[in-house]
Amino acid sequence: MRVRITFSKTGPAKYSGHLDLHKTWERILRRAGLPLAYSHGFHPQPKIHLAAALPLGFTSECELVDVWLTESVNVEESVVELKRAASPGIGITEVREVAESLPPMQTLVRSADYVATVSGEVVGLDQRVADLISAESLPRERRGKKYDLRPLIESLALEGQVLRMRLAAREAATGRPEEVLDALGLAERQTAVHRARLFIDNGR
Amino acid sequence: MMTPHQIEQALDRVLLSVLKPGRYSGGEHNQIAKDWARIDLRVALGFPDIYDLGMSNLGLAILYKAINDQPDMLAERAYCPWLDMEAAMRREGIPLYSLETKHALADFDLIGLTLPYEQLHSNVLNFLELAQLPLRAADRDETHPLVIAGGHACYNPEPMADFIDAFLIGEGEEAIVDVARCIQQWKREGKPGGKEELLNRVAAIDGFYVPSFYSVDYHSDGTIARVTPARASARFPVLKRIVPMLPPPVTRFIVPFVDITHNRAPIEIMRGCTRGCRFCHAGMVTRPVRERPVEEVVEAVGRMIRETGFEQIALLSLSSSDYTRIGELVKAIGEKYANENLDISLPSLRIESFSVDLMDALKDARRSGFTLAPEAATERMREIINKPISTEQVLTTAREIYSRGWHTIKLYFMIGHPMETLDDVRAIAELCKAVLAEGKKVLGKRAQVNAGVSTFVPKPHTPFQWAKVADVHTIREKQAILKRELRGPGLKLNWNNPEETQLEAWFSRGDRRLGKVLLEAHYRGAKFDAWMDMFDMKVWRESFAAAGLDLEFYNGRERAEDEIFPWDHIDAAVKKKFLLDDWRWSKRGQTRVDCRDHCFACGILPKFKDLRRETPDEAWECPVVTPIARRGQLLEANIIPLTLVQP
Repeated sequence: MRVRITFSKTGPAKYSGHLDLHKTWERILRRAGLPLAYSHGFHPQPKIHLAAALPLGFTSECELVDVWLTESVNVEESVVELKRAASPGIGITEVREVAESLPPMQTLVRSADYVATVSGEVVGLDQRVADLISAESLPRERRGKKYDLRPLIESLALEGQVLRMRLAAREAATGRPEEVLDALGLAERQTAVHRARLFIDNGR
Repeated sequence: MMTPHQIEQALDRVLLSVLKPGRYSGGEHNQIAKDWARIDLRVALGFPDIYDLGMSNLGLAILYKAINDQPDMLAERAYCPWLDMEAAMRREGIPLYSLETKHALADFDLIGLTLPYEQLHSNVLNFLELAQLPLRAADRDETHPLVIAGGHACYNPEPMADFIDAFLIGEGEEAIVDVARCIQQWKREGKPGGKEELLNRVAAIDGFYVPSFYSVDYHSDGTIARVTPARASARFPVLKRIVPMLPPPVTRFIVPFVDITHNRAPIEIMRGCTRGCRFCHAGMVTRPVRERPVEEVVEAVGRMIRETGFEQIALLSLSSSDYTRIGELVKAIGEKYANENLDISLPSLRIESFSVDLMDALKDARRSGFTLAPEAATERMREIINKPISTEQVLTTAREIYSRGWHTIKLYFMIGHPMETLDDVRAIAELCKAVLAEGKKVLGKRAQVNAGVSTFVPKPHTPFQWAKVADVHTIREKQAILKRELRGPGLKLNWNNPEETQLEAWFSRGDRRLGKVLLEAHYRGAKFDAWMDMFDMKVWRESFAAAGLDLEFYNGRERAEDEIFPWDHIDAAVKKKFLLDDWRWSKRGQTRVDCRDHCFACGILPKFKDLRRETPDEAWECPVVTPIARRGQLLEANIIPLTLVQP
């Protein structure tokens, strides 16, 4: 049975990186008593797929994880068990069964909405946002690789101290909010970033 | 001092700029955060190294539960920040704070530190400094938290005497609550008599040692002339505290958000050891042997899975093979939890084929490595250290391990044993190669031997406490032999920095004058000495010189049989006479059998005879103490007599 869980990641959980989150999920599922499936072989790994990595320090209300179970479970009962077993800062929003045959989670994600709250006043930020939107290309370099950030920005708007952006989140074409903030001249510690929505291929 | 709110705000600013911020945020699954306003006794439990190590420490988890089980007390955690976080804290003025509620450590009533090994001593000073507390106990008054320390390194508390208000000698489950209760009472009375009165009360609790209540006089050669209790409340000697039976195990461990040293739920299946290995500090100071019933362990493992979700369970003891019902235990756990995809570890197995059966029964699917600890490679040396196993037995066991699917055998040895020759060291290389040859017969090139060779430190309260510490030059020479011999495919060698061994030895064997050395080293930046790239011998040499003390005095001499040791007034309940006899026996290569087969009257029973009488017969692996009035009636009852075997 393949189950898709929607969850939020806030509070102390935001300091848990992607790999650690994977481990956290394995533990939550074991605590919840769900029959987690493991890969075969010398080092059996739990079959847990997180949709899209959330950078350390970001919060989210829309994370998705697919888990494979060795036998069918009652979804309503599982919600109760998962809520009981969840780590602080991990909030269970929805649990539903999905078709085993769906492609891997990572390949389904299309784009993501982020809300970045800027602390303190930044002079000329609205102009910087306007410049960035009107730019034809934004050549940047990340970990030694050159790429263009502009096509990855689907929308960007400033409302007071809050920046709203929709960024591409396809495999090999992922717009990173911290890169956008950097392009706007904002320091990481000046902003709190929250992922508000993930768009995936099959409807939600 | 910053308020919790101010600390939280400052953390928001710095946490994303440091490595692994999940170490500093708190809020993990199963943490206990009580309401401060409703509780008048607050304990901060500290491990003087980073979170990754401190969170893996079972002792602190036990004490955390013991305190938090009391409705009118709370316990929270604090660890040393790593270098980047320490720099950020100093820059922002953030004091060391508790992970649960972000209170500055100075706001607590009691700080309880665990000191399992001596390389942490320098970190304690840094810990206190980061807590913005005076380092020296004498400079702290009743407005500061009382600072206590416990753990195995406290069986010689003297080097830390200047910094710690009181040491807890022995087991802490009950004693930590006693001392917290004592402080709570004194606080409720309005702190009468200030800190002096509090220390008087603490000194009266079983197992507590208040070092400032004793004075030490020295001979002109630097050895101790006498230790004198200077207060009526000061016990002499201070007998260690024990619990008659293992209390219910902790199962609700805090589950970190980040990867730590041991990502596992541990459970002690047995405390103490009957083997009598002469180098082994734990084997001497944790007597008597107490086992946890099989049913309790099996049930607790189930609860640990449900409450923590950890992927690994560790069944801990000093010698798993000696647990009476070990076969039954591993069978039950293997059967019951085989489908949970757990990694169940069972360390410290004896070198015999039965150990391989045990690991098989645990259905350990990973077969990563099988650890054996011969400790020495010649039969002569193993007799000196009282770990008598034949070389043939080592090879037979190795053959069995490789043939049942393990590719790697880890072999643990020590160099620097008393009376060790270069031939004994060469034999380590030969034994490793012989074990690898067994593996090659079964597995060919896939067979692997990892040799871990550490350097022996003669520990207080052991039969080797009289021995000298091998000097750096000799250790390097012995390590060079091993590095030369143990190379090539299938062989891997690990060893310790010999200078770090010297540090461990000074603080294992030293007296309270070393407090000055520690302070000097602290001013020179010493910290994280257990981390290889952080340890700096130059700092320690300078600190010894500044304190006017001789490095060699502590490590470089065999001590006279009648010398008064700095730790002699700390009573681990094993008699010095017993240890001395054993030291003499070792020099003759004479071994003692397991004390379950024959009681050698080490001293535990007379010291704890009342406790023994109140405890069920089967709870201790020591003979039953029979009251004189009943002795005649019980002669036939298969009681082992309390006589010493004549050499």
